[in-house]
Amino acid sequence: MITRSYRHPLNSSRLEPGEPLLEVSDIRLRFGGITALDEVSLTVRQGTVHAVIGPNGAGKSSLLNCISGLYRPQDGTIVVHTPAGAHDLTRKKPHRIARLGVARSFQNIELFRHLTVLENLMLGRHIHMRNRLTRSLVWFGPARRQEIAHRELVEEVIDLLQIQSVRHKPVGALAYGFQKRVELGRALCMQPALLLLDEPMAGMNAEEKEDMARFVLDAHELAGVTAVLIEHDMNVVMDISDRVSVLDFGRLIADGAPEQVSNDPDVAKAYLGEEVRA
Amino acid sequence: MAATSTGIHHRSYASELALRHTSAEKFRLVLVVLAVLAVPFVVSPYWLTIANQIGIAVIGAVGLNILVGYTGQISLGQGGFLAVGAYSSAILHVRGDLPIPLSILLATLTTAVIGAFFGIPALRLKGLYLAIATLASQEIILFAVRNWDAVTGGRDAISIPRMELGRFVFRQDFHWYWVILPIAVLAVVSARNLFRTGLGRSFMAVRDHDIAASAMGVDVTRTKVLAFAVSSGFAGLAGALTAHYTGIVTWERFTLEESILYLAIIIVGGLGSIAGTVYGAIFMITLPALITRVGQDMQGTLPGIAEKLPAVQVVVFGLVIVLFLIFEPRGLARIWQRLKDYVRFWPFRY
Ligand SMILES: Nc1ncnc2c1ncn2[C@@H]1O[C@H](COP(=O)(O)OP(=O)(O)O)[C@@H](O)[C@H]1O
Ligand SMILES: [Mg+2]
Repeated sequence: MITRSYRHPLNSSRLEPGEPLLEVSDIRLRFGGITALDEVSLTVRQGTVHAVIGPNGAGKSSLLNCISGLYRPQDGTIVVHTPAGAHDLTRKKPHRIARLGVARSFQNIELFRHLTVLENLMLGRHIHMRNRLTRSLVWFGPARRQEIAHRELVEEVIDLLQIQSVRHKPVGALAYGFQKRVELGRALCMQPALLLLDEPMAGMNAEEKEDMARFVLDAHELAGVTAVLIEHDMNVVMDISDRVSVLDFGRLIADGAPEQVSNDPDVAKAYLGEEVRA
Repeated sequence: MAATSTGIHHRSYASELALRHTSAEKFRLVLVVLAVLAVPFVVSPYWLTIANQIGIAVIGAVGLNILVGYTGQISLGQGGFLAVGAYSSAILHVRGDLPIPLSILLATLTTAVIGAFFGIPALRLKGLYLAIATLASQEIILFAVRNWDAVTGGRDAISIPRMELGRFVFRQDFHWYWVILPIAVLAVVSARNLFRTGLGRSFMAVRDHDIAASAMGVDVTRTKVLAFAVSSGFAGLAGALTAHYTGIVTWERFTLEESILYLAIIIVGGLGSIAGTVYGAIFMITLPALITRVGQDMQGTLPGIAEKLPAVQVVVFGLVIVLFLIFEPRGLARIWQRLKDYVRFWPFRY
C-alpha cells in the first residue's frame, strides 16, 4: 500500500506502456561443453513485470548476466530501446549498459560490504552524477550541492523500502533480509528504465517474501518500472507477474501469460523433473 | 542539528554531511590545531626535522592509502613515484629555471600521469600479482633515474638552491615547517573530501566489489587508472617537497625500502582511514627517531650500542608491522576509535 507520494519518478524510460523495451533474439551462450543458453528469444514490454522461471541451472542467471553485459553470448542480439534509439547490448561493457538505464540485483547479494546503506544507495546514483576530481577534492560548491541533491531521491527509496533505521550501518553487518532490500534499493536509485531482479526473495521466509513482493510491486506501481524477475516460487510468480518465460536446460520452453504457462504440460514436466531430481 | 542525550539529530542533509558535529569534536579539533601551531616553538631542532619529515610522509601516505586502502589496489611503487616527483621538480627548477611553486605543481601533475601509466597492469592483475607488477614499476623507475644521465644526472645527486621568497631564504626547519604543514593539511582535507563525494565512493565500490560497481555504471578501468593517478600525484607532491626541503635529490632516497615504509604507515595507521594515515605517519617516523635518540642517550651506560642501532630499528620496524597485522589490522585509527568510545561511555561498559 502506498501511503505517501514521492517526488522523484523511479522510472527513467519514456516509452509507451506495452512497447517492446528489451528484445532478446536467438542468444546462445556456452561455457566449454555446457550450453547455458540455447537460442533463447523473448521480448520484455514497457510497464510489465516479466518473470523468468525454471529449475536450478536452467540458465536464468546467465540470461540476466548477458543482458547486463557480464557474460558475452556467442550468438544472437540483445536490444534495448530508448527514445534515442535501439542499442545492442551484446558488444557493450557493463557500465555502458547501466548508463542506458539497465539496473540489477544479484542472486547472491553483491553489495559494497564496507560501505553504509546510504553509501551503497548513493552508488546507485552514480550514473546521474557528474564526478570531477577537482570538485571532489574541494568539496565546497558543486560537489557538496550534488551530494545533497541526490540524497533526496535516496531518502525516498529508503522510505519506500523501510530501511530508515539502518541507513548509517555498514551493509556487511545487516541481516540477510535487509541486505536484499538494500540491493533492490540500490538498483531503484538508478531510476532504471529496466530493472533486473535475480531471485530477490530467495532464502526468505513467507513473511519476508511477502514484504519483498510488495516492495517490487510498489516500485512497479509507483513508477511503472519495468522489471524482469527471476523467481523460483511459482505462487509468487503467478501473483505478481504479467508475463512468464520458462527456461529449462538453457531452452525457452514456454512464454506467455501466467495462467497459460501454468497449464503448459512442458512446464509441469520441467518442474516435476526437478522434484524427481531433488 | 541538535546533540542530545539520545544522540545527534540533524535537521538538514547539509548538517549531516559536515565532518565535525558535536562541540566536543570541534573542541578537540581546536586543541589539535593549537598543538600543531605550537610545535615549532617548543620542540628541539632535532624533533622539528622529524616533524617536517612527518608532514611530507603524511602527504605521500595519504596518496598511497587512496590507492591501497580505498581502491583496493596494492602498490609497492610509492618510492618510485616519490622519485619521479623529486626529480621532476628539481630538474624543472634547476635546469628549466621555473619558480619552485610552479615546479612542484608541474612535478605533481607529471607524477600523476606517469602513475596512471604504471597503473595499467592493475586492469588485469589483482593482489599478489599486482604487488609484483608495482614492484617492477618501482625498479623500472629507479633504473631509469640511475641510467638516464642526460636528464637525471644518473647516480650523481642533484643539488638544489635554497627556496627564496623575495629576499627571504628558507634555510631552517622552522621556515619549512610553515610550508610543509599547510600543504599536508590541504592534502589530508582534500583526501577526506574526495571520499564524501561520488567519485571517492566509486573508488571504494571498485575495492569492495568490482563487478557490482560496473553494474552501477562505474567504469572500473577508468576508476583504477584515476586512483593510480591521484595516488601518484600525492606521492609526486611529497617527493617534490622532499627535494626542495632537503636541497638534494639522489636515487638512494627512493628505493624499495621507502615504498615499504609507506605501506607500513598505512597498515599501522589503518587502511581506508585518512586520520589513521596521519597517526601512522607520526608513529612510523617517530619510532626510528626515538630508537636512535634512546640509543645515543644510552651510549654512556652501554658502549657499542650505536653500531647495533640500525639492526634494532629494522627488527622493531618489522615487529610493529607484524603485531599490527595480527592484533589490529585496522590500525591506530581503530584503536583511537575504541579509546574514544571507552571514554564516552565510561563508566558503563557496553
Ligand atoms: N561463469 C560460469 N562458468 C561456467 N559455467 C557457468 C557459469 N555461469 C553459469 N554456468 C553454467 O550455466 C548453467 C546455467 O546456470 P545459471 O544461469 O546460474 O542457472 P540458474 O540461474 O537458472 O539456476 C549451469 O549449468 C551453470 O553451471
Ligand atoms: Mg540463478
